Amino acid sequence: MSLALKALKKSPWVFHVNTGACNNCDIEILDCLTPRFDVERFGVVLVGSVRHADVLLISGVVTKNILPRLKRLYEAAPKPIKVVAFGACGLRCGIFRDAYNVVGPLDKHIPVDAYIPGCPPKPETIISGLVKVLSSL
Amino acid sequence: MQAFMYIVKYLVFPGFLFSAVAGLMTTWVDRKVTARIQYRVGPPWYQPFVDTAKLLGKEVVVPAGAQHTGFLLMPIIGLAAATLASTILWLVNLNPDTSFVGDTIVTLYIMTVPAIALIIGGSASANPLGALGASREMKLLFGYELPLWIAVLTTVVKVQSFSFAKILSYQDYHGVMLGSASGVIAFIVAILCSQAKLCFIPFDMAEAETEIAGGTHIEYSGAPLAVLRLNTAIMYFVMPIFLITLFWGGVSFIGWRILTSILKYVAIVVIMVLIKNTNPRVRIEQAVRFFWGPMFALSVVAMILAVLGH
Repeated sequence: MSLALKALKKSPWVFHVNTGACNNCDIEILDCLTPRFDVERFGVVLVGSVRHADVLLISGVVTKNILPRLKRLYEAAPKPIKVVAFGACGLRCGIFRDAYNVVGPLDKHIPVDAYIPGCPPKPETIISGLVKVLSSL
Repeated sequence: MQAFMYIVKYLVFPGFLFSAVAGLMTTWVDRKVTARIQYRVGPPWYQPFVDTAKLLGKEVVVPAGAQHTGFLLMPIIGLAAATLASTILWLVNLNPDTSFVGDTIVTLYIMTVPAIALIIGGSASANPLGALGASREMKLLFGYELPLWIAVLTTVVKVQSFSFAKILSYQDYHGVMLGSASGVIAFIVAILCSQAKLCFIPFDMAEAETEIAGGTHIEYSGAPLAVLRLNTAIMYFVMPIFLITLFWGGVSFIGWRILTSILKYVAIVVIMVLIKNTNPRVRIEQAVRFFWGPMFALSVVAMILAVLGH
């Protein structure tokens, strides 16, 4: 394993994309940064620009409007990049499955490396998913 | 041979390698103290080094509309300037004979280059938020340079010399600048100006992560981003040393002074982190008004006190 990949495991920077979630998942992501869980212990930080990202954390169903932007975002991210589908909506569209503006689950459109189920996922689940996506490197 | 020794000094000690390691350790202290203030545990000590190694291994993306040369060259120019400032300061502190006429002015001048590099790099990135960050950085530069220069000139007026060696020997014989009224006022002005110079909260509007997504840094990825972060880390190392040299008797590696030097350095860094963690981000016009109003007035008061001999 190369040095860069080893380093990547120790400092995954997360870019959080909301493709139309109800905001519940996003609150749980912020929970991970609070004193109780503090994922910065493992080098995880939320970054503001996709160019700095190592992990795309995508919450919510993919809507018609967001799809082209999501694809551009994936292309704009510097490789290697890991994509994580977050929450029941990211996995299988959840309760919005039959809505008119939803274009299917995330992995139909961009390659997904890990899935974190739950509505919303608990912070423990998020950390477990993070461990899985990093061990797949 | 002389030239070769200077190249070694610039690249290894006390130049690039030393400043980079010390600067990255400083950013760790910053992150750890911030975490402790927020009742968190914080990252392990090797975190900044791992971040740098990781960024060096990532893909470098250059935006389609960007000016390639300016975009990729500017981080390196900023890094070279920050390293040069660190080298000059440390050479003078370790051996006052290396001081030359007007090296305070040269150091202040060189310490402006990283900010200018950031402005050009941000403007070259072809990103509207990058341009916004660059314009804010430019206004901020105009704001804080004036009080910072007057605060530094306060020391110069007291010592009647522009060279670091004279300033250090003056403090050896007459006590540190922080012992006098004008020194304390000038130090307060200078530490707030360095907060702006390092782009820290409350003056981080140029690279506001939550507002303009990184501002001048927004389009940088991979190795250039690593260089930019290294640049900030070295400046984080240079600014406290600069303040200690001017106001607090300098640093030294001889005997017990090694311990007091480290304590002085950590004290200034912790003051900066505390200012950073207890303040909100101000708007750019508030920042400029703050520097051209109260800070300018304070620095002029310090200057008048220094001329009167206090």
